[in-house]
Amino acid sequence: MITLSHYLALGALLFCLSVIGIFLNRKNVIILLMCIELMLLSVNMNFVAFSYFLGDGAGQIFVFFILTVAAAEAAIGLAILVVLFRNRSTINVADLDALKG
Amino acid sequence: MTFELFVFYFFAAIMVFAAARVITAKNPVHAALFLVLTFFTCAGIWLLLEAEFLAITLVLVYVGAVMVLFLFVVMMLDVNVVPLREGFVAYLPVGILVGLIMLLEMVFLLTQKYFRAEQFPVPARAPADAMGNTESLGRLLYSEYLFQFEIAAIILLVAIVAAIALTMRRRPHTKYQKPAQQIDVRKQDRLRIVKMPAEKRTS
Repeated sequence: MITLSHYLALGALLFCLSVIGIFLNRKNVIILLMCIELMLLSVNMNFVAFSYFLGDGAGQIFVFFILTVAAAEAAIGLAILVVLFRNRSTINVADLDALKG
Repeated sequence: MTFELFVFYFFAAIMVFAAARVITAKNPVHAALFLVLTFFTCAGIWLLLEAEFLAITLVLVYVGAVMVLFLFVVMMLDVNVVPLREGFVAYLPVGILVGLIMLLEMVFLLTQKYFRAEQFPVPARAPADAMGNTESLGRLLYSEYLFQFEIAAIILLVAIVAAIALTMRRRPHTKYQKPAQQIDVRKQDRLRIVKMPAEKRTS
């Protein structure tokens, strides 16, 4: 019998993995974007699990909107990345110090 | 162990392994491909949760569009990955520590009485002739959440415009159409009507 905790634990594990990924790959913007996608996926997992166990479709609607926003975010993020690479020929976060931060 | 539980553990194991490879892979192309694997197995788990429409949407939208976009960008940018891996080992302990603490906190929450199986009994499987997941989602989406749905459409439109506006560039030596000038021509600029008498046929 798969209980709600199974799904929630899996979501938590995925979320932690993506947090670790952000720590490890903090110089590579592409992997950072992928980690954000992974985070959104783990949150979606929780939404779908609760939607199933509570018998309420609103959770799945929310996942639908998260998917929409994530797709938009990925498109714009990658576009910014392409422009960045064109102008600076690097995507290393450590080299992006034009603001002297 | 029931078959469902076996399927769940099977997909979960693949998913966690793929996610771990996403964050540790040296090559960004491998990371993107492992992310595709993660999405596929997640779609499988969502099928277990009777969210068929979202599972298919995940495969179509994420694997079919977003990840292909990622792969395009990764392959288009000629990135030297060696300097991007700097500090990977140095930050490994901190990252694992923070991740472990977060995981412990979340598992601590999960083991409280609020999320026990008694609180959330497993619902019975929907009968095969019941209203499908897609239909019930559609009924909700086009009635109660219609306004939000339209906002989502606007967000997607803005994303399209923004992505194109950001990445489009005009090269000086490329020939472009100028639609304004094309529309602006008048008849008398281009067309000259010449009157001449009919000529006799010489046969």
